[in-house]
Amino acid sequence: MALYSDTVMDHFRNPRNVGVIEDADGVGEVGNAKCGDIMKIYLKIEDDVVADVKFETFGCGSAIASSSMATELIKGKPVAEAMALTNRAVAEALDGLPAHKLHCSVLAEEAIRSALEDYYRKHPEKAPEK
Amino acid sequence: MTVYADNAATTPMSEAAVAAMLPYLTEISGNPSSLHSDGQRAKEALEAARADVAAALGAQPREILFTSGGSEADNTALRAAAVLGAEKGKRHLVSTAIEHHAVLHTLAALEKEGFEVTLVPVGESGIVDPAAVAAAIREDTALVSVMYANNEIGTLQPVAEIGAICREKGVLFHTDAVQAVGRCPIDVNAEHIDLLSASAHKFHGPKGVGFLYVRRGVKVTPLIAGGAQERGLRAGTENVGGIVATAVALKEALARREEDAARLTALRDRLIEGLAAIPHSALNGDPVRRLPGNVNFCFEGIEGESLLLLLDDRGIRASSGSACTSGSLDPSHVLLAIGRVHDVAHGSLRLSLGEDATGEEIDYLIANVREVVAYLRSISPVWRDLQSGQGRFLL
Repeated sequence: MALYSDTVMDHFRNPRNVGVIEDADGVGEVGNAKCGDIMKIYLKIEDDVVADVKFETFGCGSAIASSSMATELIKGKPVAEAMALTNRAVAEALDGLPAHKLHCSVLAEEAIRSALEDYYRKHPEKAPEK
Repeated sequence: MTVYADNAATTPMSEAAVAAMLPYLTEISGNPSSLHSDGQRAKEALEAARADVAAALGAQPREILFTSGGSEADNTALRAAAVLGAEKGKRHLVSTAIEHHAVLHTLAALEKEGFEVTLVPVGESGIVDPAAVAAAIREDTALVSVMYANNEIGTLQPVAEIGAICREKGVLFHTDAVQAVGRCPIDVNAEHIDLLSASAHKFHGPKGVGFLYVRRGVKVTPLIAGGAQERGLRAGTENVGGIVATAVALKEALARREEDAARLTALRDRLIEGLAAIPHSALNGDPVRRLPGNVNFCFEGIEGESLLLLLDDRGIRASSGSACTSGSLDPSHVLLAIGRVHDVAHGSLRLSLGEDATGEEIDYLIANVREVVAYLRSISPVWRDLQSGQGRFLL
């Protein structure tokens, strides 16, 4: 059996939404180089919808694939829905990750959330009521 | 193009070794412990192989103990020395920070059993200082274990000097020579080696076969109890075909060793030069005192596993010391020991050339590593920060 599923390899080899949004409405970065994984997410929000999303990742194959899949899962979706993205949804959409790589999907979920929180900080009027 | 550049992990079997092995899987299938003629034919082949292996190291046949591989040889050597030491009240073991896990994990187990372990550090060169080893030796030191050549960065250790120090101080000396046997000229007497571990699949022999050289007079405590095979030191019916193939592969490797080493060293240096031209990269370990085929680099701003996978897509089989490839949270202990911080140790690449490597392959390796590193940097937030001045380059 191969290390990764075909879907993981596809998203690793041809990552979707790679890049930077210069005038992003929200930016989130999680992980650290010491652990070997860093994900950075850039969001463009229009009418409470994720109009565009880009990512940059320093990390292993599954980290890059998880970032790619997470951006695909939230692109064009309402912000509230993006906020509800779980690592499980990312891992399932990738047709599974090896047990010791599940943390990559957790990192992707955290990166998306971190970028959305940044958006809410900049647009407090949009933030959900606590 | 396909380039197998992972010869430190394993090597393909030589055709001569395969041919030598086959009859022992079929027509000469007797058990060497059997008294009948079929068994005795197998026994003769086994002993002839033992004599060949011994001669390759300047040893006596009775000093060669066949095992399942390098890890078993390391475990046997360290355990034997620990038992001998404990009998004399000596419970201190000296080794280095860059040993293979077969040594380090056995030492850790012995530590739990009441032994004290000193791991001598190595500097940036990845070569242990014999004086530091000498300084670590105490009255109660039972063993010094220093590898011959490092499996990750290929650095050659001053084994003969350390052997002389140990001999003078009356301490047993073991060397894990798994990466060196077949690639380096070894003489156990001239280098004062008491115990030496080797693995056949590193020199074009079969997997699942290794051996331990045990200087006459050094008592071994068996790890595997049972029959009287290997003079009662390692029970279990011998892997006759594998052992015969091991001897053939070793003789073959040594016959062409000098020629191979000269050609490989030139190719290695060309590869090092080509990869060093990639900005913010660094060779790991001493540039000269290293195995002829070993090249190990760190590239800043990227992670090793993704580098490996993309190189694999381009037909290049390599290895990395990143945490993701080691299956642990930390990157290679060897890279950390030579002073690489985590951030760059994750971005390491080991290319270990085979004897049949060509200049065309070296050019292919350089061009593809350069492209893949550039691509991964283009999608790396770490690289972006370094480029924009928000982070500080380490390499």
